[in-house]
Amino acid sequence: MRRAAFHAVTGLAVLVALGFLVLPVLAIFLRVSPGELIERVDDRVVLDALEVTAKTNGIAFALTLLVGTPAAYLIAARRFPGRALVVTLCELPLVLPPAVAGIGLLAAFGRLGLLGGTLDALGVRLGFTQAAVVLAVLFVAGPFYLRQAIAAFEAVDPAMLAAARTLGAGPARTFARVALPLASAGLGAGAALSLARGIGEFGATVMFAGSLQSVTQTLSLAIYAQFDVDFTRALALGALLVLFSAAVLLTMKVVPLWRRSPSTSPVLFAPSSSR
Amino acid sequence: MAALAVDIACPLRSFELALALEVGGETVALVGPSGAGKTTVLRAVAGLVRPRAGRISLGGEALFDAARRIDLPPERRRVGLVFQDYALFPHMSVEQNVAFGGRERVAELLERFRVAHLASARPEALSGGERQRVALARALARDPAVLLLDEPMAALDAHTRGAVRAELQELLRELGLPTILVTHDFEDAAALADRVGVIADGKILQLATPDELVAAPSDAYVASFTGANLLHGFARPTREGLTEVVLDGGAVVFSTDRAEGRVGVVVYPWEVSIAHAAAADSALNHVSAPIASIVTLGNRVRVRVGPLVGEVTAASAERLDLERGRLVVASFKATGARLVPLRDPSGPPETVREGAESPAPG
Repeated sequence: MRRAAFHAVTGLAVLVALGFLVLPVLAIFLRVSPGELIERVDDRVVLDALEVTAKTNGIAFALTLLVGTPAAYLIAARRFPGRALVVTLCELPLVLPPAVAGIGLLAAFGRLGLLGGTLDALGVRLGFTQAAVVLAVLFVAGPFYLRQAIAAFEAVDPAMLAAARTLGAGPARTFARVALPLASAGLGAGAALSLARGIGEFGATVMFAGSLQSVTQTLSLAIYAQFDVDFTRALALGALLVLFSAAVLLTMKVVPLWRRSPSTSPVLFAPSSSR
Repeated sequence: MAALAVDIACPLRSFELALALEVGGETVALVGPSGAGKTTVLRAVAGLVRPRAGRISLGGEALFDAARRIDLPPERRRVGLVFQDYALFPHMSVEQNVAFGGRERVAELLERFRVAHLASARPEALSGGERQRVALARALARDPAVLLLDEPMAALDAHTRGAVRAELQELLRELGLPTILVTHDFEDAAALADRVGVIADGKILQLATPDELVAAPSDAYVASFTGANLLHGFARPTREGLTEVVLDGGAVVFSTDRAEGRVGVVVYPWEVSIAHAAAADSALNHVSAPIASIVTLGNRVRVRVGPLVGEVTAASAERLDLERGRLVVASFKATGARLVPLRDPSGPPETVREGAESPAPG
C-alpha cells in the first residue's frame, strides 16, 4: 500500500515537472498557426535580427574554436603551479550573472573603461557596434567550450600522445592526428553548448552593445524589443530560436552514437591511404 | 650495430633511480617489483622523461647528456617503444596505426606479423596477442635502432602467453637490435633475454645471464625473484665442514656453502624431492609437513610442503597419490641449499651487501 503511494507521488512529480517545462515551449507554437509564424519570419525586423545573430555568432564561434582549442590543449597537458587557479578563472564567466558580465565589459572596453582610452587612440570604438556583440558572446559563451575542451583533452590517455612522439610525430602532428581526433566527441559537445549559449545571449549584449535594429539587435534582443509592439512577431522569433536549440540538442545526442559505429572514420584526420 | 649506453640519475617519488647499463645487439631484461623504476628507464631512453643527470647514447650519438645540455625530443630518437597496454590509436585502423610509424614497409610488416587480414580493423576488435603484434609492427615501422618493451606479456591471458613468448623470442633474435625489456616475471625474462638485471629501489642489484642469476644470486632478494624457495635462518659452521642453519620455524638444514649469522637459504623447486617417508639416500635435509597446496603446470606439479615448494613430474605425483593435507617429506641435498645474504632493511648493516651490489656496473 505504502509502496503504491510512493509510486503515485513520484509519478505525479514527473508529470508536474514535465508539464511545466514543456508547456511554455509548446505555447509558442500553439498560440499562432504555423502558417502565420512562417509569414512573420519574412519581415525586416526578423530578417535583420537573423543576419546580426548569424554574423556575430559566426565570428565569435570561430574565434572560440581557434583560440580555445590550443589554449585548452596546453592547460590540459601541463602541470604547473597555479593551474587550478587558471582553470577556475576560465570557468568564472560561467557562473557570473549576465548583468555583471555586461558591466564588466563596459568597464574594460567601454569608452570610459580601462582600455577605452587606448582603443580610442587606435581609432577603435566598440560601444554599440557588432564588435561589441561579438565580445559579449565570446565572454559569456566561450568558457562553455573552453571548460569542456580542457576536460576532453585531459581524458586523452597520455600514453597515446607519448606513443605518437616515439613514433616520430612532433608536437604539432601529435596534436592534429592523435589528440584532436581522440578529444573530438568532447570538443563537439562543448562547441554545441557554447554555440547555443551564444545565440541565446541577452544580458551582457544589451548592456554592452545595445539593441539597435540591423546593427546589434540579435534574435534574443529582438524578442524583447517586439513583445509589447507585435506579440506574434515576438512569437515567430521565439519559434526560430526553439527550432535552433532543438537542433543543437539533437546533434549533441546523435553525433556521439553515430561516431561510435565502427564503419565511420574520422575522415578529416585519416591519413591519405598508405600507398 | 650501435650499442646503447645508459648512465642516468632520475628522481622518482621516494628514491632516486641511479643506473648504468650497456646494451649491445642483445636483449637485456629488467625485472623487479612495480615501482622499482623499470619503466622510467625505458621512458628516459625514449625521451619521455628527462633524467636529472647523466647521459644516454646510441653508438657515438648522444640522445641525452645533462652536462652538454643535449636532450633530443622523442621524435628525433630512433627508439621503438612498445607500451604496456600497447597504446594503439583507437581511432585508426591497424594499417593506419602501423603507417603512423612509417609508411615504407607497412605491407611487409603487416604480413610479417600475420595481421595483414586485419589491416582495416580497429584495435578494439583485436585479441591481446594481435594487439601486441600490431604494436610491434608499428614500433618497427619507425625503423628503430633500439627496441624497448614495457611488460610485453602483462596484457595477455595465461593461455596465449606461452605461444607469444616463443614468437617474441624468435623475433628478438632475428632483429638483433639492442633491446631493453621490462617485466616482473622472471620466467619471461629468462626466456627472452640474454642478460637479466634485477632492479629494486632504483638500483640494479645484479646483472647477469639468467643461468648465472639462478646459480649464484648475489643476495636473497635476487634469489626470490628467480622463483626459488627462500628460507630465513641463522647459520653456523659444523665440525664436518658443513654449515648448519637453524630456520626461523625451528627446523635445521645443512648447506655446503659457508656463512655465519643471519642468512637466506635458497632452494630451487626442482631440487626438492617428495616422498612418503625420509629415504636413506644422500639428501641431508628433510622437512616433514602436510601438503598445503598442489598446482599442476602442464606435465609438472608444484607441491607446497611447509615452507618449501617442490616440483615433481605429474607422473610421480600420481604414483605417490599426492593430495592436499597428506603428510609427506620434502628432501633436498646440502649441495642444493645455497646461502645468500639477506636484504633486510630493518636489520643491521651487513658486510656482504657490498659484495651483493658489485655485479652492477657503474
